[in-house]
Formats: sequence, structure tokens, C-alpha cells
Amino acid sequence: MTLETAEITGLLEGMGAGLRELLARKGREAPLMVGIRTGGVWVAKRLHGQLDLETPLGELNINFYRDDFTRIGLHPQVQPSNLPFQVDARHILLVDDVLHTGRTIRAALNEIFDYGRPASVALAVLVDRSGRELPIQADVVGKRLDLGPGEHIKLTGPEPLMLQLQRAT
Amino acid sequence: MRSANLQLDENGRLRHFLTIEGLDQALLLHILDTAESFVGVGERAVKKVPLLRGKTIVNLFFEPSTRTRTTFELAAKRLSADLLTINVSASATSKGESLLDTMRNLEAMHCDMFVVRHATSGAAHFMARHVAPHVSVVNAGDGRHAHPTQAVLDMFTIRRAKGDFTSLRVAIVGDILHSRVARSQIHALTTLGAPEVRVIAPGTLLPSKVETLGVHVYHDLERGLKDVDVVIMLRLQRERMQSGLLPSEHEYFHFYGLTKERLRVARPDVIVMHPGPLNRGVEIDSDVADGAHSVILQQVTYGIAVRMAVMSLALGSHASGEGGEA
Repeated sequence: MTLETAEITGLLEGMGAGLRELLARKGREAPLMVGIRTGGVWVAKRLHGQLDLETPLGELNINFYRDDFTRIGLHPQVQPSNLPFQVDARHILLVDDVLHTGRTIRAALNEIFDYGRPASVALAVLVDRSGRELPIQADVVGKRLDLGPGEHIKLTGPEPLMLQLQRAT
Repeated sequence: MRSANLQLDENGRLRHFLTIEGLDQALLLHILDTAESFVGVGERAVKKVPLLRGKTIVNLFFEPSTRTRTTFELAAKRLSADLLTINVSASATSKGESLLDTMRNLEAMHCDMFVVRHATSGAAHFMARHVAPHVSVVNAGDGRHAHPTQAVLDMFTIRRAKGDFTSLRVAIVGDILHSRVARSQIHALTTLGAPEVRVIAPGTLLPSKVETLGVHVYHDLERGLKDVDVVIMLRLQRERMQSGLLPSEHEYFHFYGLTKERLRVARPDVIVMHPGPLNRGVEIDSDVADGAHSVILQQVTYGIAVRMAVMSLALGSHASGEGGEA
């Protein structure tokens, strides 16, 4: 299965609307958006544009917060984290491409709290797939997929954005 | 040669960090890139990441050191490792305990890494050969042989200032003969592709056949500094005067001390480096050490990030290999 660009654009528009509705309902103003490297940043860039946010987009590399260092060592480097703002008392919109086990989000939350104490964190993901191992849920979801343990969905990009489903044999 | 491969595991990953020799360009760049992502950690509100939580690192210093020891300590702490520093000169060896026995005792305390500084060349290699399989050894300076983390932090500082190495002219000035720093720097610079490395020193402070390392030899400071992009000053160890290799500090400064006037023949955007501690007025004038071209304090700051990178790469090589899923 492959999800093409047009369909993803539709999902992203839905997410943008969902985020606006969430911010209005909760009365959260001047939010800061943070994408998780690498796929989450691609998604966040689109949403950041849709919401017309004035603050720059923050980027998080959670490699130093992962829970699998003793099993697989240091992950290959992507660009380092860059949060070009103070997070204290601010509302954070955390963005990732795929929510699966929940471990990446656990790591990202820990890292954000090492920068300061935000007023709130909301989570937006392009794909919410089955297989959660931690009590973590998204506030805004582009698409929900019920996948087996041998199935993997991967976002490729940044241009064009495409979702590809792979089955392990 | 075994000593070169001793540093790498069967997958070519860094297991010990003993010398620059035998490491290829890709691995050195990998260390530099990893260090790059640690720089930001030191600039945050909480200057700490949980990467090495639960690991125990022992700083074993058989020779006094301030800068190297403290930056290794800070690096370990910023990675959330547990750390102890043992100044061995004031400890068990004065009671006659051998290096191997000291090591076995610390292994029995379930340590994961030794950071070792020793006056004898080869001490870190010796430990790496005899250490338990789950333990990594990092060389923090052994005799006249190598000081690889210093060389990597110098390369990191150069890359930050200059972008890359492929068009650089670098001069290393001073006591090359006794300098483990210079030896590691020369290997690192040539591995990273710096096209011209010069050494500038009186004949008594140069190793014989130093040209075989791929460097150009100058005895005249001003000729050697002409059009260089990077100047690395070495500390003049004062005990050299007693051994008759140099007439006096005053005369050394006259011929080899770096002053503002002498630096004028270098490139306008030259950077000046020094591994510390500085002998002001002996190898370097205060005007230069504190001047606009100096990156000496940046070297200290970057030293922490580079040591964080080396520690986490070496300890990461012991990973069990079971798949992880995020």
C-alpha cells in the first residue's frame, strides 16, 4: 500500500483544522510547534505553514533520550535538536510522523522538559498505528491504521511526502 | 598491526579510543559529527542527557591534569554516567600495586569505562589488551605517544572555524619531540585531508625523521607561519631547559614565541590554538592568546562535547544487538 502526495495533503489539512479546533477549545494561545526528526519535522513544516505560527519551528533529535542504548548503542546521527525559543510556560504542539509504540514520544517529552517547564504539550501525528507499549495517545491524528506486528509504515520525503506500508516476510 | 585494530570491534565500531593511528577518515568524521550534536546540550537549561545512565566511568590519572580531567568529568556527568576520579600517584601505586592489579580491582567494582592518563607510552594500549570484555578504555594521554581526544577536539575547533580540512595550511609550533598532542594532531590532520601540515621548532625539539609523518619542517617561525590558516602552539615544558635542549625561556620566546607582529604573515583569518596550560611570554604573547584570532577557550568548551561523543560511541559498541523499536 502506498499513500500518495494528494492524499497526504488532505490528511495534513485535516490535522491543521484539528489543531486549530484544539487550541480554540482549550483556550491555548501563541503555541510553539516542535517536530521530531526526521519525518516529524517534515510534517511539522506543513502544519506550521497552515497555522501561520509566528515563532520558528523547533526540531527535536531524541537520540540521547532513547531507551534502547544498551541494546543497539548510539543511533546514526541526524541533525541535533534545535529549540530556538524558551519553552517555559508555553503551549507546545509536538508533531511526529508515525505513533507506534509510544517510546519516541516518551523520549521527546523527557527532552522537552530538560529545556524547561511548558504549560502544556499536545501531540499531533500523521499516522496513529496500533502497537502501543506505553500509555501515550495523540490529540490530533491524520489517519488511524490497524497494523500487525510484522507491518511497518514509513514516511518518505521531504518532497514529495509519501507513506509506504511494508510487510516483513 | 594489533594495536591499531584493538580499538575497533568486529563491526568496525569504536570500542576503545587509544590513538588516531589506524582510524580512517569516516570514523573520525563520525566522531566529529556526533560531537556536533552534543554541543547544544551544554547550552541548555538542563545540561544533561540520560544516555549513559547507570554506566560507571573511572578516570584513572597517573599524571596530574586539570583541563583534561575536568572536561572528562563534565562529559561523563552530562551523559548521566556515574563517575569517579582516582589520582593514582597519591594512591595505591605508591604502596606498590601494579597497573594490572589496580585495573582488576576496579573491574571487580563493575566499571564500564576507564579513562587513563599515564606517563608511560603505551599504558592505555596495555590496559585495553588486558581489560575485561565489557569495559572500554579511553586514552587521556600516554607518555610521548598519543593524546587522541585532544587531537579530535582540535579538529572539531578547526572544522567549526574553517568548514573543512581540504584546503588548509596548518602550522604546529614548539616542542614536537616531547608532545603526544602534536603526534595525534599530525595523524588527525593528514587523515582528514589537510594538504599541508608544517612543524616549526628548533632542531633539538624535533623527532628525527619527523618528515616521514608527512609534515614540512621549518626552523624559522616567520617563514613557517607564512600564509597559514591555523597555528597550533604547543606548551614549552620548562623541564626541557634543565635537560639542555634549550638555552633559556627568554631566548626561546625571542625565536619561537608567537606575537601579534609575527602572526601578520599568516592568513588574515588565521586561528590560533593552544592545548593549554599557557606559558604566557614563553611560547605565546598575551596579546595573541587573548586576541581576536585566538580560539583557545573554544577548544576547552568543545573538549566536553568531543569527550561526550567518544564516551557514548565506545560504550555504545557494547550494545547487546537485540533489535530496538521506537
